Amino acid sequence: MSAAEEAIAEGHEAVEAVPKRAMTLGTGTSLVVLAALLVVPMFVKNFIIFQMTMLLIYGLAVLALNILTGGSGQFSLGQSAFYAVGAYTSAVLMEHANINYALTIPVSAVICFGFGYLFGKPALRLSGIYLALATFALATAMPQLLKLNFLEHWTGGVQGLVVTKPDAPFGLPMSQDMWLYYFTLAVTVAIYIFSVNLLRSRSGRAFMAIRDNEIAASSMGVNVALYKTLAFGVSAGITGVAGSLGAIAVQFVAPDSYTITLAISLFLGMVVGGVGWLPGSFVGAAFIIFVPNMAESISKGLSGAVFGVLLFLVIYLVPHGARQVAIFGQQLVGKLRKN
Amino acid sequence: MVGVRSQVAFLWVALALCTAMSSEVLAQKKYDSGASDTEIKIGNIMPYSGPASGYASIGRTEAAYFNKVNAEGGINGRKIKFISYDDAYTPPKTVEQARKLVESDGVLLIFGSLGTSTNGAIRKYMNEKKVPQLFVASGASKWNDPKQYPWTMGWQPNYASEARIYAKYIMKEKPGGKIGVLYQNDDFGKDYLKGLKEGLGAKASMIVREEAYDTSEPAIDERVVKLKAAGADIFISFTSQKFAAQGIKKAAEINWHPMHIISNVSASVGGVLEPAGVEISQGILSATYMKDGSDPQWNADEGMKKFYSFLAQYEPKANKLDAGVVYGYAAAQTMMKVLQMCGDDLTRENVMRQAASLKDFEPDTLLPGIKINTAPDDFAPIEQLQMMRFKGRKWELFGDVISSEIGH
Repeated sequence: MSAAEEAIAEGHEAVEAVPKRAMTLGTGTSLVVLAALLVVPMFVKNFIIFQMTMLLIYGLAVLALNILTGGSGQFSLGQSAFYAVGAYTSAVLMEHANINYALTIPVSAVICFGFGYLFGKPALRLSGIYLALATFALATAMPQLLKLNFLEHWTGGVQGLVVTKPDAPFGLPMSQDMWLYYFTLAVTVAIYIFSVNLLRSRSGRAFMAIRDNEIAASSMGVNVALYKTLAFGVSAGITGVAGSLGAIAVQFVAPDSYTITLAISLFLGMVVGGVGWLPGSFVGAAFIIFVPNMAESISKGLSGAVFGVLLFLVIYLVPHGARQVAIFGQQLVGKLRKN
Repeated sequence: MVGVRSQVAFLWVALALCTAMSSEVLAQKKYDSGASDTEIKIGNIMPYSGPASGYASIGRTEAAYFNKVNAEGGINGRKIKFISYDDAYTPPKTVEQARKLVESDGVLLIFGSLGTSTNGAIRKYMNEKKVPQLFVASGASKWNDPKQYPWTMGWQPNYASEARIYAKYIMKEKPGGKIGVLYQNDDFGKDYLKGLKEGLGAKASMIVREEAYDTSEPAIDERVVKLKAAGADIFISFTSQKFAAQGIKKAAEINWHPMHIISNVSASVGGVLEPAGVEISQGILSATYMKDGSDPQWNADEGMKKFYSFLAQYEPKANKLDAGVVYGYAAAQTMMKVLQMCGDDLTRENVMRQAASLKDFEPDTLLPGIKINTAPDDFAPIEQLQMMRFKGRKWELFGDVISSEIGH
């Protein structure tokens, strides 16, 4: 982890270089977290299970952004658009074509991958804040596009679509919420492993080379255009899967659900979790789900302001987010062991 | 004889005791989650933050109203615990908050949550869980669907009802008129248009042109010109505020002076008529069902006196100009009425049964003559409105309260 510490010490750039080993948790820690995620739902109320499901779903969406920003160094404020496309793909397929929910998820992934890949093409000419603006435009346009008249037959227009929640299969003695949680967990774990391996692979190294120095990367033979658009595609695909799962868990899709606020929340989750640190995505997701509730319980009228103050504290005290806390914790454990 | 008499008296006493006891047995207290001998928990979801936070005054007024109820001893001795959460007007958050209210806080019912898509997101859940979703704060017609959604009920007159009232007015005042309709191309505008056509019935051919606009359009000028060109002499704007103002301006610009009706949604003096121009707005028509909290004509009104003293005591910071305050008061009063009618049978089923049997209930802040009536097959509590005309700098009510029911 010493490399990561160095990175923090010198990291003043917006997206600092994160070595690939520092992007994940150790195997032992991962297994403990996974075990906790498997066991906890058996002892809590359905409502908590639902919240945990949402945590995994938003965590996936933040993870997708993390691959794009932390991995390939491209900004996006348009993740809500991909999320919406994924959600609507599942909802429309399930409600109009009666396709099994589980089968709609790969479809969403493919459609969103294509969408993200194509969007990545023109975005190639843009970088930094300009790219952020272009994606911002996408996010603001999406809710209106979903309301379009000629799509209304499928999308339900402003009214949105109600999605049927699936029962547990094979007569498993589980509530719908619990089944959906384990289903989401399985998808999340699969995507997480895929992402970790992606970033450790040749493609991942290419992403990071581009992030660190585009010119150097291209002179080393990395196809910059290809890998940048690929990063967009992969990110959009994973966001789409998150959107699909979100639609099934919430049982409802409507244009109002996928506004720019969602995109900003996801961005915020990424920063809070630590840019480029994949497990941080889930910490960031927890932040965007639970902190507004906390802020509300402190003051209803000023919930926005309280949220702002909390966010400010996080950014000020731990600018590298959950990753910094994790590293600090690890050092502490190390010291205690020595003593 | 004295002995016999005392025996008889004894028998009477015994009999009286028996009946008293048996009636006590009959009036057994029944509770669902969220209700007890001392407390009734009511859930609510409001956009305290986000784009629709202007409506949050409804939630705050409702909370203040229940404080008043509690200060006055509660409902049948039970205090109201009003739990109101923020959903920032985003449907997924609404689902989360509704589940929190039902599964974690264990409320008896959810009352007065705001928004069409937000309530749409939780309707199925509420009906599956069989938890009342009462007095939804949205004007969509879909809340009146007791067959499919027996646990969901609206409150305010829905858009279709309002449009039916315009239809009645037009058929009475200008039966030979030609109607040009400008409507927003979503379910808000379409609800209105549907109601207008239902109201006109066989005379729907009076509509000479319909112009739909999308909210993404910057201006609707051209559409107004088309309506004039079609020969319309009645101009109906089923639009949101911004477009209503544009419509008023454009009609004046092209020197078109039809009978102009605007929807209640855009009947805001400060938000629409003043920006459009007070002079050119004279004579514009609309309809309403609530008293205007800032109108001095209600100063002597009994209901409004109660309302003003409530504000002074429990919500002194509230803005009387804000229609949300008047709205929240009347809605909370309706909720209280239903809970009073429930008596000691505070089950969710009985709550819905009582909510569906309101008879001629008149909240303090609704216009005189407007009565809330519901039935097992009628989940639309308010179905009457009164026409009003813009004169000087304010709305003037005229005519009788009109019911939107067809054939009345």
